[in-house]
Amino acid sequence: MSAALIAQKAGPFTTVQDLGRAGHQAAGIPVSGALDPASLRIANALVGNPEGEAALEIRLMGPVLKVDAPAVRVALCGTSSPLQILAPEPREVPPWQSAVLERGTVFRVPPLKGSVTAYLAVGGGFDIAPVLGSRSTCLRAGFGGLKGRALADGDALPLAMPAPDGRADMRLGRVPDLAPPARVRLVLGPQDDHFSAAAIATLLEAEFRITNEADRMGLRLAGPALEHKAGYDITSDGIATGAIQVPGDGQPIILLADHQTTGGYPKIATVISADLPALGRLAPGAVLTFSAVTVAEAQDIHIAQKRRLSEVIASIAPLSVEAASLSSRALLSANLISGVISATAQAED
Amino acid sequence: MAGGVRYLPSGDCALTVEFGRGVDRHLNMQVMALEAALQARNLDGVIETVPTFRSLTVHYDPSVIDHARLCHEVDALDFAASQDAACGRIVTLPVAYGGVHGPDLGDVAAAGGLNEEEAIARHSAVAHYVYMIGFAPGHPYMGDLPAELTLPRRMTPRTRIAPGTVAVAVGQTVIYPFASPGGWHAIGRTPVDLFNIARDVPALLRAGDSVRLRPVTADEYDDLQARPLTEQITIAEPAR
Repeated sequence: MSAALIAQKAGPFTTVQDLGRAGHQAAGIPVSGALDPASLRIANALVGNPEGEAALEIRLMGPVLKVDAPAVRVALCGTSSPLQILAPEPREVPPWQSAVLERGTVFRVPPLKGSVTAYLAVGGGFDIAPVLGSRSTCLRAGFGGLKGRALADGDALPLAMPAPDGRADMRLGRVPDLAPPARVRLVLGPQDDHFSAAAIATLLEAEFRITNEADRMGLRLAGPALEHKAGYDITSDGIATGAIQVPGDGQPIILLADHQTTGGYPKIATVISADLPALGRLAPGAVLTFSAVTVAEAQDIHIAQKRRLSEVIASIAPLSVEAASLSSRALLSANLISGVISATAQAED
Repeated sequence: MAGGVRYLPSGDCALTVEFGRGVDRHLNMQVMALEAALQARNLDGVIETVPTFRSLTVHYDPSVIDHARLCHEVDALDFAASQDAACGRIVTLPVAYGGVHGPDLGDVAAAGGLNEEEAIARHSAVAHYVYMIGFAPGHPYMGDLPAELTLPRRMTPRTRIAPGTVAVAVGQTVIYPFASPGGWHAIGRTPVDLFNIARDVPALLRAGDSVRLRPVTADEYDDLQARPLTEQITIAEPAR
């Protein structure tokens, strides 16, 4: 018997992503994977999966899905928007907690708040074969994920576990702050010496706005032009996620998960790994400023952030019986246990 | 490690080891030798290495190995670049030059003072060394072309280049595995899939290979297209 989530509506850009397909960049294969891996890990932990299991990455607004299985446990993370259950009985499930949905339940992820990227994890994961060690969707070459492409209306997402295990539903005790850092931190280089001193100063002082050219490959920024010292062509070299490349027009592009493996524009700096999940949550129009740190500082921040994420995941605890049986909106309006659920209060309008 | 090498941080999770700034066979062979030595060293925390024309990018996990220690480890590696570019595999691919498959062949030939037949003869006479794979999955950058086939990129990029297209510019040859826009001059097309996810190793070529291009007619191209990979190409493994 089949067990699946049926996409009645796909949403503007929904893809299957895990933590990426490292190990194949020498063959030109992008790493891909979640834009906000922190939220992906939390979503998986809430439904009892290994943290790197594949989930649905939802951009801007979500799909409308129908449960075509005895039941499935789900959790929505990375946004302050709730899951909206449309049928059989309308209700909401707050983000950052798990819920079991019975066969025939129709639910949707509404327009996202607090981020443009969210993750819907399902207990047991999707029954999709990994390709080159990952279930992430490689859009460039059309493989991985569901048929190598974004979700389309009518798609069936096969579930690996036909019915949820007997564990209690869980919620996150400490909801992470989705706001971007006041200044996005970067490490100068690898080609900062291709730029004038004025360009480096501008990068660290000016404001840059994310343009509409923002997708899983990168964020094209608009701001004062960053001046090259001698031309904007370099002999192609490797690209790290977070690299800030500057083409001839002097407008920087921050490269994200789907970036190509090599490139011929000089890279003035690289956003530190700890600040990449925040970039993955930002929408066009957001304004960024940058500050420089050393590699050693960035690595300390990386390790500290990893530890904080472990603490957040360790704060996952069983949902109280009352909270599980009532909708959070009803609880909030009744102001019964607002202290208990304050962590998820931001989910409501 | 030889002098003149630069250790460039690419953020906190990657290190670019730069041997030089140009397209140069000797630089590239140093890159390949470093990659082999680093892989043999099998350091904890090194996730993968990406060779390019003139540098090796090492992607790593900073919670396992930090920048300073990785630089130190790389610097301590003892390796020698091969002096012989012909140490990789030799892969022979069929190419239909000119016509619908290579609309820019005439322009490329004229720029070098050649007719089309002469341009085909020269392009197919050389072994094309694969400096690196990049831009797209399985997309090779190969060199080096004789002076009469060297010209800049097109003034106006084409909006669509067909998959399998063989194209030249800046002294190099590329083959596009996927349809894409592109600024190189399209001179021919191979019926071979350069990237096929159904294969055990999806990318046909890898850095360090040499490629020979065998001219075929448009009819032969059509015939070869229907055939399995083993009937389309030959691969000569390097002598060990």
